[in-house]
Amino acid sequence: MAGGLLLCAVGAPGPALAAGPANDDCLSCHDDSTLVRETGATSVAVDPAAFAASMHGAAGAACVDCHVDLAAEDTEFPHAEKLAKATCDGCHEEAVADHAESVHAAARKPDGSPAATCAECHGTHDIAPSGEPRSRTNHFQIASTCLRCHADPAIHPPKPGAPPGRSPTHFNDSIHGHALLVAGLNVAPNCADCHGAHRVVAARDPASPVNRTGAPQTCGACHEKIVLAFEEGVHGRQLAAGNEAAPSCADCHTSHGIVQAATSTWQARVIGACGDCHRPAIRSYRSTYHGQVTALGSTRIATCASCHDAHAIHPSSDPRSTVSAERRLATCQQCHQKATAGFASYDPHADPSDKSRNAAVYYTAGFMKFLLVGVFAFFGLHTALWLPRSWAERKRHATGAGGAPESRSPDQEKPS
Amino acid sequence: MTQAADPRAGRRAATETHYRRFDLFDRWLHGALMTSFLGLSLTGLPLLFHDAPWARLVSGIFGGPLFAAMLHRVFASMMIATFALHLGRLAKKIFVERQPGILWGPTSLVPQPRDLTEMLGHLRYFLGQGPRPRFDRYTYWEKFDYWAVFWGMGIIGGSGLLLWFPEFFGRFVPGWAFNVAMIVHGEEALLAVTFIFTIHFFNGHLRPEKFPMDPVIFTGRVPERELREERPAEWARLERQGRLEGLAAPPPDAADLRRSRRIGATAVAIGLIMVALTIYALLRGH
Repeated sequence: MAGGLLLCAVGAPGPALAAGPANDDCLSCHDDSTLVRETGATSVAVDPAAFAASMHGAAGAACVDCHVDLAAEDTEFPHAEKLAKATCDGCHEEAVADHAESVHAAARKPDGSPAATCAECHGTHDIAPSGEPRSRTNHFQIASTCLRCHADPAIHPPKPGAPPGRSPTHFNDSIHGHALLVAGLNVAPNCADCHGAHRVVAARDPASPVNRTGAPQTCGACHEKIVLAFEEGVHGRQLAAGNEAAPSCADCHTSHGIVQAATSTWQARVIGACGDCHRPAIRSYRSTYHGQVTALGSTRIATCASCHDAHAIHPSSDPRSTVSAERRLATCQQCHQKATAGFASYDPHADPSDKSRNAAVYYTAGFMKFLLVGVFAFFGLHTALWLPRSWAERKRHATGAGGAPESRSPDQEKPS
Repeated sequence: MTQAADPRAGRRAATETHYRRFDLFDRWLHGALMTSFLGLSLTGLPLLFHDAPWARLVSGIFGGPLFAAMLHRVFASMMIATFALHLGRLAKKIFVERQPGILWGPTSLVPQPRDLTEMLGHLRYFLGQGPRPRFDRYTYWEKFDYWAVFWGMGIIGGSGLLLWFPEFFGRFVPGWAFNVAMIVHGEEALLAVTFIFTIHFFNGHLRPEKFPMDPVIFTGRVPERELREERPAEWARLERQGRLEGLAAPPPDAADLRRSRRIGATAVAIGLIMVALTIYALLRGH
């Protein structure tokens, strides 16, 4: 992108084509740093040094290459107060055309809202090649450039349904944000790496690189091996086949707040993400020791992915599946090293209400319910009946009245 | 009656003759059983009600689910040892001392026809249709408590061991045995916890005659009036056998009673809190 801009600028030697005033002519007025429009506040000053240091200045571009309405031979100076907006498409035709189809352009059209044009992201007279650290579109700068608007609730209010209290800059705290901004990795993705730069479209648009159908390809640009396993797996195949219920990357990993998968908090949370679709499975999982302990926050024992794998998920009938008859024992043995075939025939998703799946479980659960209800029915009644009698006994004792207790009445004396 | 009436035996009974009911061994055994049972419930219930709002808190008090799991095994070992000691002593009484009356008769905990008639008589008494049955050493509800714990030891203890050493037992039993063990362990534990913390507490301690607690399991002795009134058949039998004198003991001293009450109140408080949390979770559908 940087190279493209540079080549374009170099390949369009402005001064040769443009007529009109030379840069020095313009700067004879505009180098006054106090210069403002007649209406007052808006500065129209240009810092000659900054322009000279910019990629356009360095390439010898003329002011009128962008401020094209001043290029006409008959322009009189001082020029009109209101000029046409500086245009970029003289050189950057493709980028401008892409932008025209973006959400930024669409958001700007109807109500003139401050959605990004070229200058919002690239700057104006001081545009530096994105290879330079000072550039607003430098690999490590793009996040803060985007967040100038996207973290400002006045410009970009949080989406309805966003988790309350979520920081608009939560990308910075994600594994990607951390790799980019703290670890400074040039391979870490910035906003544009996933969303594209000029033709940013809404994620729901199939043309978006972050659309649920296209996301595996986008994520796979870096996470190549993961996406290969995912695409072979049942989720990937269903997604590719157009099943709208099939999960894409972000359904499990989220999009901006992606947390390192090795962390306990994420592993505990992603169980819920699996359970959003696999309801009976999460219910039965939660009735096992694995599910109980992970529900209490420890993920040192099996989560969904421990047995089913995270990306290479296949139906258990498929020999490639980690829970297939062929591979199940080895899967158990990852943690239970001395597990036997008998051990591995445990049903981790038994359903006490499903007799056909596991009759022993069904009848055991039924018997335990019967026992619980039976014991409490009898002793509940027993206690309820005893309470008033016991109360009466206590009162009889407390008042010291009542003579011989009933149990000692002579007609009850029997040899024991 | 030898004493101005006060159901809270002992509080103002400092001069009354007492009779030994539980020896030191049994009292310590009950103490160990009580401690391990409370420990097991506190470290086990958060798993059973893992999505109740209090589960993480209680689990956290015991160091999180994995440390609590270790403590659960420590308390389990303590309870198994308690049960083994009880069984050992029982075997000694039966096979070595050849004590009559352990397996049958008025001093045996084995259910007998008289328990059925006493239970029916007691129910009639509840309804005002008859006198209180003339109980002997063990009443039917005490026998139920005993055998419920006995059964629970086998069921919860057995299933617990299966779940503790799955790789070992997996060599001998099919996988569904672990499924069954998991259900049985949780459901039977739920039954045990709710039963002990409500019915046993009521029968033994909280019913108005005994409220707030019956210290006999800690002091080991029962006041004469209470023995004569609540277990007239035992009193009559001991009198007939001429054994009363041998069992007579001075009343427990004040410090003993205070300690008993403190221990008892703590256990009852923990138990009632646990049962309240359990009922809350059950009602909320967790």
